[in-house]
Amino acid sequence: MINQALYLRRRVSNSVFIVLSICAAIFGLIWLAFILGALLSQGIAALSPTLFTQSTPPPGSEGGLANAIIGSVMMSVLAVAVGTPIGLFAGTYLAEYGKHTRFAFVVRFVNDILLSAPSIVTGLFIYEIIVVPMGHFSGWAGAASLAVIVIPVVVRTTENMLLLVPHTLREAGTALGAPMSFVIRTVTWKAAQAGIVTGVLLAVARISGETAPLLFTALNNQFMSLKFNGPMASLPVVIFQYALSPYEDWHRLAWAGALLVTATVLTLSIIARLLENKQRN
Amino acid sequence: MADIALTDDNALTARAQTTRRAGAGDARFHFFTWLAALLVLVIFSGVIVSLVIGADPAFKAFGFGFVTSQLWSPARDHFGALASIYGTLITSFLAMIVAVPMGIGIAIFLTELCPRVLRRPIGIAIELLAGIPSIIYGIWGLFVFAPWFQEHVQLPVINATTGIPVLGTLFGGSPYGIGVVTAALILSIMILPFISAVTRDVFETVPPMLKEATYGLGCTTWEVMSRVVLPFARTGVVGGAMLALGRALGETMAVTFVIGNAHKIDSSLFAPGTTISATIANEFTEATTELYTSSMFYLAVILFVITFIVLASAQLMLRRLERQSGK
Repeated sequence: MINQALYLRRRVSNSVFIVLSICAAIFGLIWLAFILGALLSQGIAALSPTLFTQSTPPPGSEGGLANAIIGSVMMSVLAVAVGTPIGLFAGTYLAEYGKHTRFAFVVRFVNDILLSAPSIVTGLFIYEIIVVPMGHFSGWAGAASLAVIVIPVVVRTTENMLLLVPHTLREAGTALGAPMSFVIRTVTWKAAQAGIVTGVLLAVARISGETAPLLFTALNNQFMSLKFNGPMASLPVVIFQYALSPYEDWHRLAWAGALLVTATVLTLSIIARLLENKQRN
Repeated sequence: MADIALTDDNALTARAQTTRRAGAGDARFHFFTWLAALLVLVIFSGVIVSLVIGADPAFKAFGFGFVTSQLWSPARDHFGALASIYGTLITSFLAMIVAVPMGIGIAIFLTELCPRVLRRPIGIAIELLAGIPSIIYGIWGLFVFAPWFQEHVQLPVINATTGIPVLGTLFGGSPYGIGVVTAALILSIMILPFISAVTRDVFETVPPMLKEATYGLGCTTWEVMSRVVLPFARTGVVGGAMLALGRALGETMAVTFVIGNAHKIDSSLFAPGTTISATIANEFTEATTELYTSSMFYLAVILFVITFIVLASAQLMLRRLERQSGK
């Protein structure tokens, strides 16, 4: 005996469920398409060569984002230069030396908290330990706050990628009589190269859009400045200030900046993904 | 013969030296990696200590009353965090209500319903979108979403609910465009890809035999998902949602643009408000008195404690899951 009513009810609830989850997927993707669409239409309209040659203007006159781009690049490079070795070493400790020790467990736990902790808190931390003692905002402080964000990203990916390296490789190196550090540097790191680079790229992608930690550390600078020792402009902070200003031409610059930042982040994430796939295969 | 013995001896000494050098280098390398790992802990404790030190004057002045006071008045040099805390909690709560079912829906779509050809591109698109910086969501929210929301949602909803007891209060006031609900919706769009990516990963750890067995009994897709896959992946899904909640609570830029920075708790959800991070981002560089600055550190301590609890429980859940699947 087939209970038709029960059968029907199950079929209907299944269809409702399928329709709902398809709707969820469409709904989510549509919003994201709207965002990218607005970004492209508004951003491309605002793109011009002067964007890269002139500094941020006073309201009502022509200008570009050159100082902000340079500032962002300089601080990001410094942050990555400082953060990568630390992250690489700490990740190596977790994957190769510490592994199951209590210390490694705590470091892993804390690192994952830092990974998703509010970045504005990082800004306040650097403000307290660098900006206050120095007495002024500076590119140094900006780079330091970005480095604090870089480290956990690199630690996490380095550890994950090193764990993917087969044990037999390490054993082969050790069997040849090579000391552990030598094996790590020449065999394990080499085997995980693509994965480690992925981590660095992800870290760069992450910091190129970070705004909150720069607000109270590098602040902003209307003019071109190559000095780490003074306030420095950066793309995200300029976007923030210009978007909230009442001037139409500043809004345009903000959109152009937003497009630049998004293009950078997406390009970096795509390259990182490709490299990661290479590593996993 | 003697010659050979001599060279052998030399070679032995040389080799012993190399080994010793290598041993010393080995220890040095080990030490440096340990130092780097220690630095992670130092940064973390540094954050806590510096925040607490910064918050000290405000803590001395207001004590725990800071948390329960709604008055935020730079003019009178009196500060209370309640409006910011309320804003942080309510925006994240509303964002989760929207984003969690949606995110799970997308994950189900990706793992069970989506045609195989589309699965990878859509999955990649969602992961890439999870990486878009929050400031982009902020500028879009301010210029595109808020005006649209004001005209097409707020206005009709306000008109439709006026005079109805509870709803009239919840959705009353004037349509500003910016406000608590606007911020919550932007937040939900932002954490949506995050939740769906984690959930999809967790769903993929469900052993196919379980699903096949359930399908084999004649169950529908809905029954397989709700009775087998979701219960199996429960810890992971909750962990992923908590991670997203941690992000939402601390999110700064996306919210700062669209919440309106008003230090009051309004009965209407459409009214402007503020969150802890938005308050800090908007006012920190303008703070004129020591107590003002310090109050913002106090706010940051509160935010850090809340996110720490959420993120730590998320970590523990996901860890447990990892151990289980490792066995």
